[in-house]
Amino acid sequence: MFKSDSFFKWLCLASAALIGILMLGFFIQLTVSSSEIWQTYGLGFLASRDWDPVNDHYGALPSIVGTLVTTAISLIIALPLAFSAALYLVDARPLVGEILGHAIDLLAAIPSIIYGMWGLFVLAPLMQDYVEPFLVETLKLSSLPVVGKYIGSDYNGFGLLTAGIILSIMILPYICAILRDVFLMTPPMLRESAYGIGCTKWETAKDIVLRYGIRGILGAIFIGLGRALGETMAVLFVIGNIMDMPENLLSGATTIASTLANNFPEADGLQRSALFALGLVLLTMSFGIQILAQYYLHATSAKRGEER
Amino acid sequence: MAIKIQTKNLNFFYGTHQALLNNDLTVEENAITAVIGPSGCGKSTHLRVYNRIFELYREQRAEGEVLLDGQNILAADVDVLELRRRVGMIFQKPTPFPMSVFENVAYPLRLHYKLSRGELSDRVREALIGASLWDEVKDKLKASGLALSGGQQQRLCIARAIAVEPEVLLMDEPTSAIDPVATLKIEELMVTLKKQFTIVIVTHNMQQAARISDVTAFFYKGEIIETGATKQIFTNPRNRKTEEYITGRFG
Amino acid sequence: MKKKTIFFRKSADRLVRIASGLAVAVAVAVMFWIIFTVFRHGSAALKPSFFSNPSKPYGIPDGGIANALIGTVFITFGAAVLATPPALLGGICLSEYKEFRRFNATLRFAANVMMGMPSVIVGLFVYTSVVVPTGNFSGLAGSIALAIIMFPVIMRTTEDMLGMVPYALRESALALGLTRTRTTVQIVCRSARKGLLTGILLALSRVSGETAPLLFTALFADRWPWGYFNQPTANLPVLITEYSTNSPFAEMHRAGWGAALVVTVLVLAINVATRIIFREKKHGH
Repeated sequence: MFKSDSFFKWLCLASAALIGILMLGFFIQLTVSSSEIWQTYGLGFLASRDWDPVNDHYGALPSIVGTLVTTAISLIIALPLAFSAALYLVDARPLVGEILGHAIDLLAAIPSIIYGMWGLFVLAPLMQDYVEPFLVETLKLSSLPVVGKYIGSDYNGFGLLTAGIILSIMILPYICAILRDVFLMTPPMLRESAYGIGCTKWETAKDIVLRYGIRGILGAIFIGLGRALGETMAVLFVIGNIMDMPENLLSGATTIASTLANNFPEADGLQRSALFALGLVLLTMSFGIQILAQYYLHATSAKRGEER
Repeated sequence: MAIKIQTKNLNFFYGTHQALLNNDLTVEENAITAVIGPSGCGKSTHLRVYNRIFELYREQRAEGEVLLDGQNILAADVDVLELRRRVGMIFQKPTPFPMSVFENVAYPLRLHYKLSRGELSDRVREALIGASLWDEVKDKLKASGLALSGGQQQRLCIARAIAVEPEVLLMDEPTSAIDPVATLKIEELMVTLKKQFTIVIVTHNMQQAARISDVTAFFYKGEIIETGATKQIFTNPRNRKTEEYITGRFG
Repeated sequence: MKKKTIFFRKSADRLVRIASGLAVAVAVAVMFWIIFTVFRHGSAALKPSFFSNPSKPYGIPDGGIANALIGTVFITFGAAVLATPPALLGGICLSEYKEFRRFNATLRFAANVMMGMPSVIVGLFVYTSVVVPTGNFSGLAGSIALAIIMFPVIMRTTEDMLGMVPYALRESALALGLTRTRTTVQIVCRSARKGLLTGILLALSRVSGETAPLLFTALFADRWPWGYFNQPTANLPVLITEYSTNSPFAEMHRAGWGAALVVTVLVLAINVATRIIFREKKHGH
């Protein structure tokens, strides 16, 4: 009897340990598979702009820059929207709040490839025909001093901006759902005392609720960041997949994830090693972000425990 | 003494459930009015009408009149933000804002007034002195409000409330989460504060009501059973229910 | 003291309220826009032969998605079969065996990190550790990739769901003389079974539209997926990718939209079902 009891216990432990082994496995395997590129270029690989399969030269910078820029655009768009949407959901009439909440949760469930397809067939043409001409020709953003050259004047609907917008639509529901939970965690009495000294709803939200839940909010941001950083399919279809350094927001570019998806099947030799190295870079970035997200979210869950 | 608040025929509803029935109550200026009664009798509910804090919840509704200096605060054209400046509130548990001690008091000041930096810190100091907290926190104004002890936190909340020069202070069981020594300090403070403010306190602690209040109102099942000078209520209640409650036979 | 004008504070408040309402409206409108687009374009492709014929190279008429649909079912169910047992056991370990507390904390952290892992990296990992050694792309490799994504999701939900079972239930079972294994499996897991199912379905809905890891593992083929174990296997997500990016032909785009519609309906159906089950569970208690 006791023997089978301890057998089951160790079986459970072994299964749980599998997740740790897998995580380590990811790092080990990507490091080993990319060793050739590190031996050839060292850390210079990360700073090199060339991606030239014909001459067998590889650099990670265009992909890294593309990843960071699309992620930044997506957060800049999604964060204020998610924040205000969550505020609305928390205070909406119970029925309305519930229905809209479910709708936003469903938005989070739609597979990323659907976003990619919608981006390719709906958003990209829309950007090309209306949004980008409006930005470039009507607002003349590209002739602004200093920032103008980073906005650019040549457009075709694909590129960093379009990819960033698609990503923002994709991460919005995730961030919104977490923010809603964070807002709901604020003790009712603290909110009441803010209203009690004569705060408006907005003042209560930005000065009290936001400060109280700041760690949870940071956690939400990092979760969204992690999603945007590693997303493949939604970006792949609209980024343009240009392996050069992007010159401005409207130019075609690439991200680490889309570089992998595009080139991996055909690659071999040093190029394949370079792709594994890009994978390792992405894994490390995403690992770092997850650590931060867990750190902040863990702190809020501990706080939630106290309040109960 | 002058009348500060007069409640006329106040009814209160949580959805379809009626929690207050035809409450009539007179609150005198510069006095402490204690509201007592068994739990669930509507005493907190009654208090929460005075600054319209109940309006945060959609299903809650008040009917009747609450006259503050003769003006009905339940009227639609009353500015709630200004009302809540005039009528401050202290809660069952200390609720310091997640900011420094100084900011906790400065925050509502900045909300309602245009002040220079110097004026602001003077005001904060005065409020902290007024809440007899200054000596304890003057060296840690930059520390988080949450780092203070429970009793200090509650006095910080009082400082926060009195900083904006309110006329009325509502206290909803302000010492229920605080140890006896700190409670005594807050009670002493209340007696000092009544020179400047009109205080309405809800308490489940009858000794507390007897010790500090001038007028006592006894609530039972949403109705005001008896109101009178505290001394009279506690020594010679007119109503049998009141007598049963203060002698500890129920509640 | 000089009073501030309340007008500006109130205006700011009103503006933010309007912005909040608009933000929700934008989010919901975009959702309907996307779903509407998928339905409008997708429904044009739907006809009986679309569901009964396998996919065919361009130029050959009457191509369908039957092989990809079956392939997707094989691959996702394969993933569920691979991931569920160890994930449930792992979840039990995190929730029930407090004696491994520090070890569990590490593993919980690992699971959380793995949940945020970019799926394309899972594809790389499985390519190197399964496709290369076995020498061929296969549906099974795709299943393994998806199983890796499902694993932490099921494990963490299992832990949370078991954590919701009242402690008194365990104590009374143990007091009756049941072994710990029996208590865990027959009492605790049983009373949380709807929650456990929710976790599995949640993970399923998350991977059933997953594309990136399949690009390097299951690949695609215009044939029936009977070679699941050792041949490239057709599946919907990769079909959508191929048809919409690598093909200039309107007919293939239409088929791509049809497949997108099927995937969306599938995922949303699983998702809604999960919610309904979880709701029942919450109300049942």
